[in-house]
Amino acid sequence: MTLSIRIIACLDVTDGRVVKGVNFTNLVDAGDPVEMAALYGLEGADELTFLDISASSSGRETTLDIVRRTAEQVFIPLTVGGGVRTVEDVDRLLRAGADKVSINTSAIARPELIADIADRFGSQVLVLSVDARRARTDSGFEVTTHGGRQGTDMDALAWIEKACELGVGEILLNSMDADGTRAGYDIGMISAARAVSKVPLIASGGAGSLEDFASALDAGADALLAASVFHFGIHRIKDVKNFLKSHNYPIRTVATL
Amino acid sequence: MIAILDYGSGNLRSAERAFAFSGQDVVVTSDANIAFEADGLVVPGVGAFAACMKGLNKINGAEIIRKRLESERPTLGICIGMQILFSLGDEHSQGVPHQGVGIWPGTVSALSAPILPHMGWNNVEAALGSQLFAGIDNESFYFVHSYAAKEPCGQMQSWTNYGERFLSALEDGYISATQFHPEKSGAAGLALIKNWSHSL
Repeated sequence: MTLSIRIIACLDVTDGRVVKGVNFTNLVDAGDPVEMAALYGLEGADELTFLDISASSSGRETTLDIVRRTAEQVFIPLTVGGGVRTVEDVDRLLRAGADKVSINTSAIARPELIADIADRFGSQVLVLSVDARRARTDSGFEVTTHGGRQGTDMDALAWIEKACELGVGEILLNSMDADGTRAGYDIGMISAARAVSKVPLIASGGAGSLEDFASALDAGADALLAASVFHFGIHRIKDVKNFLKSHNYPIRTVATL
Repeated sequence: MIAILDYGSGNLRSAERAFAFSGQDVVVTSDANIAFEADGLVVPGVGAFAACMKGLNKINGAEIIRKRLESERPTLGICIGMQILFSLGDEHSQGVPHQGVGIWPGTVSALSAPILPHMGWNNVEAALGSQLFAGIDNESFYFVHSYAAKEPCGQMQSWTNYGERFLSALEDGYISATQFHPEKSGAAGLALIKNWSHSL
């Protein structure tokens, strides 16, 4: 018996549509979120992540509706992030059908939010999303906010350690340098984060070739998140899983009951 | 009719949809009478042990569960909904375990593994003759937890290994429970839910 590695399809949603860019800019339309979620579920995604990148409150309401409609037909775990600022925001998302929520900017502004959410809903519900880039901090990795638009001068590894102490259940580590480039995950960043955290680590940003997925696992990732390679049909989820399976990584095969 | 117990905890809508998929009528409720009268009661759960017990006690949930058991009415606990059925829980307890519902003896304690929570898809070694797992062989289910029950109890035990062996499901007459989330375990989970729903 072994815990399988997870392949997570990520849908960046704004005003009801999935979009994808490079280094968080030049966004292009990639499709309908509910349809895409259902398709990825059928194709064997082990989890889905919605990141709400809407700026407006009407955009957030739309996302809640998407979460509701997705939860009606997709029976795999669903993480939702973007704009989560309070314990009540978490409650609202969970009641709409999310299983986990991810927080980023609001936790940097108010770290005690992590403990507040963990006390109420348990650590397992809380994913810390860390948008990091290579910079001149102590570890060489800096945390950014607002979808990568703002630097913080905060050391990414120190932040991960602190967030683990406060009670996050998982780290979603997104390389801002690699995001959308398909040039490979930032392997150095993954192994550095693995060394300082004892919670599951999701590698994100840069997935391109099938070998990239294996490299991230070797660096210590427990789960692999990708967006554009799936949205634009460069790889199907089953191709990634078959490749990893043939290289002896533990993979969940999709039940046909 | 299946009632999903709303005691302020978690992913009620996911549970509602997955149980409705089995063809049964499903209501989400915190009403003691509806929860008691339902053909099947689901005690879901996402949260910390103490917070869940607090929510459960607010709606007299422990009493509902015990009364259903006495009246031979099936109940299914999921994840924390399984854990709180035990006597004690160690989560965030600072040495003094929290009181659970007490259907099963023993303490729900922290898993010993290098990376926690135990998060993701893992296999289950199903009990011989299990009704819940009937027709579901060699499938994985979705787990998210850091605590578990590790001592055998009840009539039928199913096990999973993560760092150590723990109880991933119990079947004990009119009360059953899974540590994993069947409502989030794709086709395998829906098949398990169907097995339970059709036994009502």
